[in-house]
Amino acid sequence: MTTPTPAVPGLDLSPSPAAAPMSRMLVAQTLLELRLTLRRGESVLLTLLIPLALLLFFSTVDVLPEGSGPPIDFLVPGVLALAVLSTSFTGLAIATGFERSYGALKRLGASPLPRGVLLAGKTLAVLGVEVLQVALLVAVGFALGWNPGGSTAAGVSMVPATLLLLVLGTACFAALGLLMAGALRAEATLAAANGMYLVFLMLGGIVFPLSQLPSAVARVAELLPAAALAEGLRDVLTGAGMPWAKVVVLAVWAVLAGLLAARTFRWE
Amino acid sequence: MSDAAVEVSDLVKSYGRVHAVKGLSLLARAGEVTALLGPNGAGKTTTVEICEGFRRADSGSVRVLGVDPAAADSEWRSRVGVMLQTGGFYPGARAGEMVHHLAALARHPLDPDALMERLGLSSVRRTACRRLSGGERQRLGLALAVVGRPELVFLDEPTAGLDVQARRATWELIGDLRASGVAVLLTTHAMDEAERLADAVVIIDGGTVVASGSPRELTRGGAEGQLRFTAPTGLDVTQLLGALPEGTSAVEQPPGSYLVRGVIDPALLASVTAWCATHGVLASDVKVEQRTLEDVFLELTGSELRR
Repeated sequence: MTTPTPAVPGLDLSPSPAAAPMSRMLVAQTLLELRLTLRRGESVLLTLLIPLALLLFFSTVDVLPEGSGPPIDFLVPGVLALAVLSTSFTGLAIATGFERSYGALKRLGASPLPRGVLLAGKTLAVLGVEVLQVALLVAVGFALGWNPGGSTAAGVSMVPATLLLLVLGTACFAALGLLMAGALRAEATLAAANGMYLVFLMLGGIVFPLSQLPSAVARVAELLPAAALAEGLRDVLTGAGMPWAKVVVLAVWAVLAGLLAARTFRWE
Repeated sequence: MSDAAVEVSDLVKSYGRVHAVKGLSLLARAGEVTALLGPNGAGKTTTVEICEGFRRADSGSVRVLGVDPAAADSEWRSRVGVMLQTGGFYPGARAGEMVHHLAALARHPLDPDALMERLGLSSVRRTACRRLSGGERQRLGLALAVVGRPELVFLDEPTAGLDVQARRATWELIGDLRASGVAVLLTTHAMDEAERLADAVVIIDGGTVVASGSPRELTRGGAEGQLRFTAPTGLDVTQLLGALPEGTSAVEQPPGSYLVRGVIDPALLASVTAWCATHGVLASDVKVEQRTLEDVFLELTGSELRR
């Protein structure tokens, strides 16, 4: 018969179970998600470099149609929408799809971490990356001569409506991303998320206006969340008033995709 | 019973028309290692995943630490450590990050670095999980299961695919968990693992328990055994049987090799050698063969345990 081997010093295996405080779990989960996101090269490319490159390219190469004001006024809202789209939709969907296929979500499901805290951690990480993106894009925009509202006071007054649209857009795209990642295989999610990114980029009024599209296509595109977010931000940041129709489009997409994702999401 | 960590009775689970578990009952106690032993598809993983709260039972009663796992909350999860059969990590996270993360979710965790050293994982602390070898993933899974200092751990095939050294490190850790009062419920299809580690073995086949008990009880069951010896061909087996107790059988098979079956005790061995002596026969290679868990399993199920 085996005799119990003495435990290694510092490794007391005797039971002492207790979950960490909720706040500590949330901080740990958020920081892990943030670190992993910023470590993925393709995710940094997608979330930081592509929006930045589009902003620089289209603001210096004159390919935009005449008569719609300075190109930078058109571009900054567009790339802000693209930043939200890439982080909360494409990046989140791909990462979640692979986490699911590697059993990370199942593993955490067997830990004291409540699902709500897991989702909150993911959300905070997405918002954290978006803060980085927005700061970078707005700073570059200013450097390129962007001056929303024509004065600092006018610019500041646009902040609340801008934040509302950014948060609503994040909720909407995150729900769509999780809907995909929770139902499809990781490889299928990867392909579909990139495909939809391209569709949203072209039909989203991001680097060229919807008016450039054939009118039938434009009418469909107006109902897609990418255009609602990009044009909505543009309305706010060019002083055209609060775009309530676009807010409704985003909200409807967010609720529908959210409900569907909650019903269909498979953790394994 | 106060020290019962897992109590399952009459568990039934089907997937469509496939009946994975058909009326299974088992008990696992604190401070003991309980092994669920059975071939692939026997219902081991289904049973364990129901106990872990990942799947719902169709019927039957399941109590894990006194609670129905289907109603598991965060506090219950902290008392239960789970090692998944495959995966269970963020592909881009480093092995050390995963262990530290699970430690951060517990209030009084083990020192993650000491635990990794203990399991031979120190050298892969900074390696991305998706680049770990199969054996390293297994040990990482074990580390993740125990780092929160649970009172019950579920280990699904903890040594599948491990080399000898890693297997030993795993066995030692499981032994220490038991000595520390932790209840361990593991699944395996490795006989020697169950025989060596387990206080209680539950043999499962076709979704039901076919036998249970300590390894010793199971292998001694019925005290049946066999005695084999080599001698010149053509001995009179019927005459030999006359010298042995009722209920014993003897055959020459193949020629020159004799097999006696029955209750093999010292008296019987003496009777066989005495008969040989009176007939001037020199018996060689006399061997008493005891049953192993593998024999028990083959008798009970008629199927091979290993794939």
